[in-house]
Parts: sequence; C-alpha cells; structure tokens
Amino acid sequence: MFDDLNETSISIYSVGDLNAYIRALLESNENLIDIWVSGEVSNLSQPRSGHIYFTLKDENAQVRCVIWRVHAVRLAGVLRDGMMIEAHGTVGVYEEGGQYQLYVDGMRAAGEGQFYQEFLRLKDALTREGLFDEERKRSIAKMPGVIGIVTSATGAALHDMLNTFRGRYPLAEVILSPATVQGDAAPEQIVDAIVRLNKYVKPDVIIVGRGGGSLEDLWAFNDERVVRAVAASKAPVISGVGHETDFTLTDFAADLRAPTPTGAAVAAVPDTMELADDLRGRQTLIEQLIRARLYDLHTTMLEMTMRMDHVSPESNIRQHMQKLDNASMRLNYIQEKFFGYHRKVLDVAFEKLSGYDPRYILQRGYSIVEDEKGNLVTSTKQVQLGVGIRAWIMDGVISADVTGIENKKVRKNGKEK
Amino acid sequence: MAKKNNPITVLNYEQAQTALEEVITALENDPVNLEASVALFEKGKELIKHCQVLLDTAELKVRQLGADGSILPLDE
Repeated sequence: MFDDLNETSISIYSVGDLNAYIRALLESNENLIDIWVSGEVSNLSQPRSGHIYFTLKDENAQVRCVIWRVHAVRLAGVLRDGMMIEAHGTVGVYEEGGQYQLYVDGMRAAGEGQFYQEFLRLKDALTREGLFDEERKRSIAKMPGVIGIVTSATGAALHDMLNTFRGRYPLAEVILSPATVQGDAAPEQIVDAIVRLNKYVKPDVIIVGRGGGSLEDLWAFNDERVVRAVAASKAPVISGVGHETDFTLTDFAADLRAPTPTGAAVAAVPDTMELADDLRGRQTLIEQLIRARLYDLHTTMLEMTMRMDHVSPESNIRQHMQKLDNASMRLNYIQEKFFGYHRKVLDVAFEKLSGYDPRYILQRGYSIVEDEKGNLVTSTKQVQLGVGIRAWIMDGVISADVTGIENKKVRKNGKEK
Repeated sequence: MAKKNNPITVLNYEQAQTALEEVITALENDPVNLEASVALFEKGKELIKHCQVLLDTAELKVRQLGADGSILPLDE
C-alpha cells in the first residue's frame, strides 16, 4: 500500500510551496485579471490599516474581497452590507491563509453595467439619427423675458435656480412646468411638461433639470421619449441634470448643456451687475459723443462766422475803407514831398527877396529920400534949394528943407574921381 | 418734433438696450444737425435712466403652469 509512497518520483510540496504555486497559477491567468464580479456585500469591515475587507456572495457561493487603502480612500463611504454591487479587480491568493480572494479596485451599483450598455446603444442610435448634431443647436437669447423650467416643484434644484435668477437677473419671468424627475412616471411627465410649456407659454428658453443623484435617479433623462421631447422643443433647451460629472442623453439633445441646475440658470441669463456696469459705460460714451458733436458744431460755426464775415457788406466796406486809407496815405506822401520841395524853394526866394525890401535897407542904417510929391530922390538934379524933402529911416520919417546941394564927381566908368 | 406719449417707459430691458444701441450708433455716425443730435442725446439719457430703473426695481416673477394651460401662482 505504501509502495507508491516510496517512489522517489513523487514530489512532496510544503504548504507554502503549494500556496505559492497556486498563487502563481491564478495570478498569471488572463481570465482572472481585470474582471467584473457581481454579488451582495457582507461582512464589511475597515480596520485601522485603511484597507477594506468584505465578502461578496450570491445564493450559493461567496468570495473574500480586499480593497487596498489606495483605492479604499476613493471608494469608502459608498459600501454597505447587503448592497448589490459589481466589483472590478483581479483574483489573487493570500498565501498565509490559503485563500484566494478578489482584489477590488473599482465598483458600481449592480445593474449599472446594463444601464450603461443601454445608454450607449440609445446614444449611438440617436447620434446616427442626427438628433445630437451641432447644426441643430440653437442660440440662447441673451436676455430671456420668460424662462420655462421643467423640474420637480419640491426639489432643491428649483430653489437653486430661482435663487440664481433673483441674484443675477430678476427682470425675468419664470414659469414652472412641474414634473416628477425620478421614477417610472418621470419620463412621461417631463415630456408633458416640455410640450405644455411650448404650447401655452412659448418661453424664450426652457431649462430641464434636477439635482444630483444616483445613476438610477437620473435615468429619466436618458429616456428616449425625454431626449426626443428636448430635441423637438420649439424653445431652446438648457439642460442642468445632476452633477458636473453626470452626462445624460438629455444633455446631448439640449441646445446647451450646463453641469448643474444652478449652472443652467447662470447660463440662461446675464448678470445685472454687468448690465449696470455696461449702462454706466454707455452713459459715459453717450456724453462723450454729444460733447464731441457740440464741439464739432462749435468749430463749424466759428468757421462759418469767419467765412460769412469775409463776404459781408461790412467787410466790403472795410475793404474799400482800407483802399481809401491807402490812397489817402499815398496822397499825403506825395503832398508832403511836393509841397515840401516848393516850400523850400519859396523859403530861398523869400530870403532873397527880403534883401530887396527897402525896409531891410533901412534896418541896415540907410535912408530913402522922397520929394514933396512922393517921388524917390535919387539925383541932386531933382531938388532945388529951399524945397521940402522927406527922409525915410528905420523907425520913422524926417521932414527937412534942402539947404545945400553938392554934386559928386562921377567918372565915366562909374568910379568916383 | 412732437413728443410721443413717452414710449420709452413701456420698453422691456432688452428693447431699451437695443434702442440705446441705435441711439449710440446714430450719434457715432454724425447726425446732420444739432437738433437731431441733442434729441438723440436726450433719448439716450432717458433710455439709460429707464434701464437703471428696471434694474433697480426688478423682482423675479415666478408662476406655475397648470395641466390645463392655466398659469397659477407658485407656493415656494
């Protein structure tokens, strides 16, 4: 019976060797790397080390699972005992315990995978149909008068949006078209709310939104009916569904995708603070314009005044006056020149003449003698003894009688003998 | 130019802003006479004032659309 045992060809493993061998075998198997395993979470524990341990089980079987601390940080808080999940990871062996286990590095709620498959299928179909084409996107009015909102009347999303409008743009009018935004009734109600807004209100823009939630909570916004209603809406649609990271088919069909309901409200309206700034800028501009205009007109008027002045009768008169002045000045000049010359000639003549004036001779001590009849006496022959004569001197006349006559001997050549 | 029944005050913000834009464009494009310029300027100032009043007094109106198309007040 023990013969077989004596055979040297039979190898005997140590436990450690066995486990190491099993580990190498399992961890090198491609079918056990990067796999998804679905099941219910139980025996969940997270000791101080920070790693998470739990068991994944279904009706008939169970497997130990470990989430190392690096991943645990990201996944902690999500897991609960009894939760149905799909865990992603790699199979490995814990040699000391002789246990194979699943090293989990990611997970999602059970059914999410199927949801995702359906999401991709519908997205693909609607994309091919052209429902998400960029050309279909309409521009959103900058200052909407009436904003339609499709969301729950009781949700936080409505509150957030109304607060945003009050803070940013209270000029608008908001009409809520209420709809349940999760659960089986949601798609139908959302579609109806969009249709009614377009029919009765004709708003400038419609916001379709709801706050964050699980993928299941947001599922209505991936419903084909909702997506088609958004695409068919007459008024442009802004979607604001869930959180930043959530993308729904409604987002693709909408004319504008906002990350959240609040984001959608911000995208729908301008900020009145900016509008007020803008107004102040325009006020300054318009004042500058009118000032420039007035300045231009003033300049033009000055120019025209100058031109008018140039062609006015007064200017003509002034021109003529200037001509006259000019002529008069020239005349004066000529006059000065002409008369000045002649005055000089006259002065000279006058001086010469003065030499011949009898009074001039008298001043020099000579006298003029005339007879009784007033004839000038220039010769002794004109008088006889005893007759009266009158002698003119510088300051008067002397009457006298001739008491002697003496003839001067005059030589023939006129010189005294 | 006879003054119309002050139509500016019935404009909504967007209409008033568009009108203001037109006024500024007209002023920039050298209107022919002073009277027109001054009239435009006055109109611009009125539009700005109207816009400011709209901004200052605006209060968000919120109502709710009923199933039959009626529009009702909304209890928040």
